[in-house]
Amino acid sequence: MSSIGTGYDLSASQFSPDGRVFQVEYAQKAVENSGTAIGLRCKDGVVFAVEKIISSKLYEHGANKRIFTVDTHAGMACAGLLADARAIVDVARIEASNYRAEYGMPIPCKLLAERVSTYLHAYTLYSAVRPYGCSVMIGAFDHDGPQLYLIDPSGMCNGYFGCAVGKAKQNAKTEIEKLKLKDLTCRELVKEAAKIIYLVHDEVKDRHFEMELSWVCEESGGLHQLVPETVYKEAERYAKAALEEDSSDEDEEM
Amino acid sequence: MNTGKSHTMYPSTSGTSVVGLVYDGGVMLAADSLGSYGSLARFRDVKRLFKVTDKAALACSGDIADYQFIREVIEQKVRDDVCGGYTRELNAGALHCWLTRVLYNRRSRFDPLWLECVVAGYKDDEPFLGYVDKIGTAFEAKEVATGFGLHFAVPMIREAREKKQNLSCDEARKLLTECLKVLYYRDCRAHFKYQLADITPEGVTIHDDLNLKKETNWEVANYISGYE
Repeated sequence: MSSIGTGYDLSASQFSPDGRVFQVEYAQKAVENSGTAIGLRCKDGVVFAVEKIISSKLYEHGANKRIFTVDTHAGMACAGLLADARAIVDVARIEASNYRAEYGMPIPCKLLAERVSTYLHAYTLYSAVRPYGCSVMIGAFDHDGPQLYLIDPSGMCNGYFGCAVGKAKQNAKTEIEKLKLKDLTCRELVKEAAKIIYLVHDEVKDRHFEMELSWVCEESGGLHQLVPETVYKEAERYAKAALEEDSSDEDEEM
Repeated sequence: MNTGKSHTMYPSTSGTSVVGLVYDGGVMLAADSLGSYGSLARFRDVKRLFKVTDKAALACSGDIADYQFIREVIEQKVRDDVCGGYTRELNAGALHCWLTRVLYNRRSRFDPLWLECVVAGYKDDEPFLGYVDKIGTAFEAKEVATGFGLHFAVPMIREAREKKQNLSCDEARKLLTECLKVLYYRDCRAHFKYQLADITPEGVTIHDDLNLKKETNWEVANYISGYE
């Protein structure tokens, strides 16, 4: 960012002469500093996996979760400032509950994503506020089938088969592209997601991390939830084994 | 000039008695499925008993619309609990306490929800059965009924308990069905179609679309002058 300090980055309501909004770009920078989060959509559901970096050993295990349930059928994984993410989750939950109260059925994922993105976008328009330093993935499984959306701090909202945000999003995207998402089931995808998280984790820069895994699919009864203990353990084993195999291959090459 | 304002003065479509009792190993709750419009049996398939969580069920008599409203509120509350990731599920004791606050608050604003609620389920590991009404009166008991049930069902259950302290599941169900039968005979706002909930430590089972009609005999009615 060569233009830092040129005076056009003081407010989210001002463009720079070359047509950029720096405050929004800084917010996106905050997302890039965060641990990686990925979302995968397959034929029977959506899977989220998050690399949660543990900045202090003094934290309790499982503290500061980065995967949230918005409504029974919809989940959200985030990257960026966690406090901002929590505020967005609150908004999403209110949207979901309002929709239910008005129409008596769960909110369609597309609508939820649109409403949340509109909200994020509103925070890029005024000088009195700062944009959210947070990207969120919204996933759901309902009668429209599995759906996955990614919203960034600018308020952009896109539907995906697979997406990644955070530190290692480039590596993660390359790995996701190798998967045949349309043929896999959620059961298999949880393992692949875990593998990607372990693979893209940078042990030199961030030593400790916790992996979070959630899904919403047929197997979970259409509910968004953290994957059951047995599935988690299985995925973790698979990921670690794959990682070891990888490193032993490298040894041979040397 | 009269600037007074009158709020809910009487219910519109209403449901009659709810009966519940604690037995050895669980709690049972039953209510018929009639929505009366005054003395008119207007809606004959209105459910007014539902499962809240694995630890609680709720049945209401009184205004059906108010019941449907409070049901929506409770269901959203349960969803919020699930989404928030709270490990403790809303149990019957907590729900009962919450209902007393809501109903008492509404009554204090002179805008009551016209309900008599019976909450059945578990509080920690203990069976729980409680009553709350539109003015916030609340109590817990081993047998609870609303409306006409207070006069007909509660004495029947107490009498059965005098003979045998601890009721089994089968005995409880038989007794509850008997109560509903008596109510169907005696209460002009009662109906033969009913729902029954059985709450045990394993969870809530709701039996829908049960029917009393075959168990009743209306031949005696001919002895009453004015029956036909």
